[in-house]
Amino acid sequence: MLNTVALVLLFPLIGTIINGLIGKNLRKETVGCIACGAIGLSFLVSIVVFFGLLRFPPDARLFEKTLFSWIESGSFKAAFALQVDPLSSLMILIVTGVGFLIHIYSIGYMHNDKGYHRYFCYMNLFTFSMLLLVLSNNFLLMFIGWEAVGLCSYLLIGFWFEKKSASNAAKKAFVVNRVGDFGFALGIMLIFLTFHTIDFTEVFSSVSNEGFHAGSFTITLITLLLFMGATGKSAQIPLYTWLPDAMEGPTPVSALIHAATMVTAGVYMIARCNVLYVLSPFTMTVVASIGAATALFAATIGLVQNDIKRVLAYSTISQLGYMFLACGVGAFTAGIFHLMTHAFFKALLFLGSGSVIHALSGEQDMRKMGGLRHQIPITYKTFLIGTVAIAGIPPFAGFFSKDEILLESLTRGNFIYWSIASLAALFTAFYMFRLLFMTFHGKSRVDHHAAEHLHESPKNMTLPLTILAGLSFVGGFLGIPGASAINNFLAPVFSSHIHTEMSGIHTGSQHGEGHPYLMMVISTAIAIAGISLAYQMYIKKPDLPKRLSERFHIFYKLLLNKYYIDEIYDVLFVNTTKKGSVLLWKYIDAGMIDGSVNGIARLVGWFSNVFRLLQTGYVRNYAFYIVVGCIFIIVLTILGK
Amino acid sequence: MSLPILTLITFLPIVGIFLILSIDSKKQELIRITALLVSIVVFFISLPLYFSFDARTYEMQFVEKLRWIPSFGIYYHVGIDGISLFLVLLTTFITPISILASWHITKSIKEYMISMLVLETGMIGVFISLDLFLFYIFWELMLIPMYLLIGIWGGPRRIYAAVKYFIYTMAGSVLMLIAIITLYFLNYRANGEYTFNLLEFYRLDLSFAVQFWLFIAFFLAFAIKVPMVPFHTWLPDAHVEAPTAGSVILASVLLKMGTYGFVRFCLPLFPEASHAFIPVISWMAIVGIIYGALVSMVQDDLKKLVAYSSVSHLGFVMLGIFAFNIQGIEGGITQMINHGLSTGALFLIVGMLYERRHTRMIADFGGLAKQIPVFAVFFMIVTLSSIGLPGLNGFVGEFLILVGTFKSHILYASIATSGVILAAVYMLWMFQRVMFEQITHEENKTLKDINKREFVILMPIVILIFWIGIYPNSFLRKMDASVNHLLKQIGEKANVVSNIHGQDKPDNLQSNTLPEIDIITKDKTVW
Repeated sequence: MLNTVALVLLFPLIGTIINGLIGKNLRKETVGCIACGAIGLSFLVSIVVFFGLLRFPPDARLFEKTLFSWIESGSFKAAFALQVDPLSSLMILIVTGVGFLIHIYSIGYMHNDKGYHRYFCYMNLFTFSMLLLVLSNNFLLMFIGWEAVGLCSYLLIGFWFEKKSASNAAKKAFVVNRVGDFGFALGIMLIFLTFHTIDFTEVFSSVSNEGFHAGSFTITLITLLLFMGATGKSAQIPLYTWLPDAMEGPTPVSALIHAATMVTAGVYMIARCNVLYVLSPFTMTVVASIGAATALFAATIGLVQNDIKRVLAYSTISQLGYMFLACGVGAFTAGIFHLMTHAFFKALLFLGSGSVIHALSGEQDMRKMGGLRHQIPITYKTFLIGTVAIAGIPPFAGFFSKDEILLESLTRGNFIYWSIASLAALFTAFYMFRLLFMTFHGKSRVDHHAAEHLHESPKNMTLPLTILAGLSFVGGFLGIPGASAINNFLAPVFSSHIHTEMSGIHTGSQHGEGHPYLMMVISTAIAIAGISLAYQMYIKKPDLPKRLSERFHIFYKLLLNKYYIDEIYDVLFVNTTKKGSVLLWKYIDAGMIDGSVNGIARLVGWFSNVFRLLQTGYVRNYAFYIVVGCIFIIVLTILGK
Repeated sequence: MSLPILTLITFLPIVGIFLILSIDSKKQELIRITALLVSIVVFFISLPLYFSFDARTYEMQFVEKLRWIPSFGIYYHVGIDGISLFLVLLTTFITPISILASWHITKSIKEYMISMLVLETGMIGVFISLDLFLFYIFWELMLIPMYLLIGIWGGPRRIYAAVKYFIYTMAGSVLMLIAIITLYFLNYRANGEYTFNLLEFYRLDLSFAVQFWLFIAFFLAFAIKVPMVPFHTWLPDAHVEAPTAGSVILASVLLKMGTYGFVRFCLPLFPEASHAFIPVISWMAIVGIIYGALVSMVQDDLKKLVAYSSVSHLGFVMLGIFAFNIQGIEGGITQMINHGLSTGALFLIVGMLYERRHTRMIADFGGLAKQIPVFAVFFMIVTLSSIGLPGLNGFVGEFLILVGTFKSHILYASIATSGVILAAVYMLWMFQRVMFEQITHEENKTLKDINKREFVILMPIVILIFWIGIYPNSFLRKMDASVNHLLKQIGEKANVVSNIHGQDKPDNLQSNTLPEIDIITKDKTVW
């Protein structure tokens, strides 16, 4: 059964090729069917693979399949080989499952777009790349998937390339990701230099066999470099700036790529390399700190944004921060658990916002929404479930996973992590309900033109919403404290006793001492506090936000303008590079280097002009030169003797 | 294989010239087709080189050796190994494509096609010569047709560019000629035989000082050709002024003569000197990578942008070669091919845009992707290949180079890797300004999408871009034996060196400069 794993990759690839080559000549229905069918089949195979894996005892759940040798030079070997283990089998389920729903949704959402086949071609290519990323059994193949999802992200953000903002955002995403990939690539090289292999299993086993001790400099460097890649792909400080701009793409793209799957690649990668990470307490601290900082930082920006998708974008960055915080304190299971629940409710929220935008003929500004709950009831209900889930109200999915991260950040980490994460949780509940209230409650601020066309989305859009809402509701039960299915399932990947001893960082599945139930109460209270605050401000006293923003004008401005980070980056990196390059070209290249080349040529020309004067054409002059020459030689000969 | 394939592919173009000469110059179409057919036949004849190539041995294959000027020990001696194999194939592959890309040329078409075919002979000759005299003849031979291509069929500043190209390259090759003659006499002194046989020269045991000076002489010739910063300023001018096919061949093949020269001559002939020059050349390469990328970023002329990107890409190749290990050198050779394909294709694409709009200024384009979608796809793939996207060809070479360099010098590799970021910046920015956003110029609204001829031109390149990216082993395996042997050659001599190396090379370097002059004067007396 596990042998079929290659099919998981093959179907999306076939879909890409068909739609890419001949999609233009096919009917829209056919294009949609091919794309959805490819992902659907891939999902079915993923289920088969998943159950195939379950048949093995937990410790034997590792299956590798080499398809062919990819790059081989001397001792450097990178195979095109796949790996199925609990982690990757879970990931392919999430990717193909959520991906399938989003593909279905896209049929309705993109129906009127001219680039229909192009869209589905990219989407299938994306799914293929993401699956490659999670299924590969070595770092370099993972890197193909890693960069290929970046490419698809580029293509899809810039899908409406005629918009300048879209093509700018696409380029920005690619380049910022490349900065992270620079670190990733160096990390892979350092891994090869250290372990003489880039195979996951071989690297991870030789870590223990070759006796790397906790805090080893090489391991710290490797993990930091890999983490640099993760900050790019998963939009963490300082490389998060591309993600809010990525909202320029079609909304289902934001749901699939910039919320549910691709941006979690960094979390997946760290979880995959947990054996390396636990060996470097320093890196772990960095990961946890950056995660916590990002969680809070992005949440504060999310508080004041008015574009519905941008709020969700900052919320995504913030939630990814939680996952990194979890990984950073060694709670990899909690990180992956949150990755999964987040995939459900964030895909739901994005698709829901897409449904709102669809209903309002493209309007994204929440100040021009309001009171939509009656007009688009299904969207509203499902969106509500998603919002409750992300806010962390029991028993919805987000509650269990977020609560676990909060708990772990206290028991494995420290009080500071916990307080930051809790504060961010408060903000999350607030801005999500602010979004909900501004969009669906209160008086309608929709302009007349849009109001006329107001309509609920078609079945193929609401059905995925309903399914995702169901998942956002039940998804959390996979990880209820005490009887955590996901914990037991992932245990073989994350519990390596040797390393626990070495580094003192716990990776096992047992919960820390703490008081899990007390913590649950506290985090629920935090969420409720956030919600009531939003209720007060946006339902009860709708003029309060305006007064507050005027009162704390500077602070409000700072948040609204996202702390001016983009502007600072522009000044620091973009403009300096551009200006410097112009100087380099004008002064060094054209001025100095080419100047001296032409200067030499001119010098030669000048000398020639001087010597030309000797060539008078008069025989008497030449005779004179000959005589002088003879005398000169004679004198030399005499002197020489 | 009894058929003299190498001789056939080298001189078949010359036969083609006579065919073309016999055609009435008014029959332009016939001239074009004849030239194209000849180059295609050459390509097909060259294919068995790949299929019958014996990957197990490092020995030269398909060797032909005939007496030519016996009194000077000059032979017609040709052969290929895993290093030159792909460069020969690249040449025979790119030439028909370039000819097909010259279909719009009407001015003196006969002379143009003759130049192209002479160029092909010269290029193949350079890669297959095992006799240094023969090598030098081919080396100079290919200079002339390229000079004519730029000077006659080029843009407005063609004369300046052509002369600059010619003199620049000439200046380099003169020193190389002196070095070749020196080797000739040194070999006579050592073995008592006058020969230009490269394989004999390989066996010479040269003192470090001799190696040092000879290396410099070769270095200059090759560094100009590569081109390495700061010897690169002829390149943007030549590229900008050259007709499309000229630019393509210049980028795809002629630049590789420099990097090939380092692998074929400098490393095995002067291993100790090469070793000593690692820091110098690596830093020059790194500067080239970053500098080329930065300058490329701010160009407003598409051809100049691509030209400067070549400086950056070839910096990677040089870095890989001077990593002195298998990944670095195999990566370097792979990257020579990759650059030939990607940059060649970029010049073809720029040429196609130029044919449509008669401008190469980026500002004159914008929003083309909507108007010419199929063209946009090709352009995108080539751009991504140039950026080094994994799964396409550029990545394989670049990554192997960086792994190799990383093994030898972590610092060099770390700095060079940042060039990968810059590549994304300048290529994607260019692509955005040309293909994305709104159409701002009226003229661009009537552009025609890719035609059949252009499709035929680009498709083979794109296939290879994918092939090398997905299954590079079909190329890498053919190089193994030769590259390993090269490393062994260097290593064996490096053992001798290791003593010197162990002591203090800089001192040696200075103290030996004087005796080295002695050797040359002594040789003069022998002569």
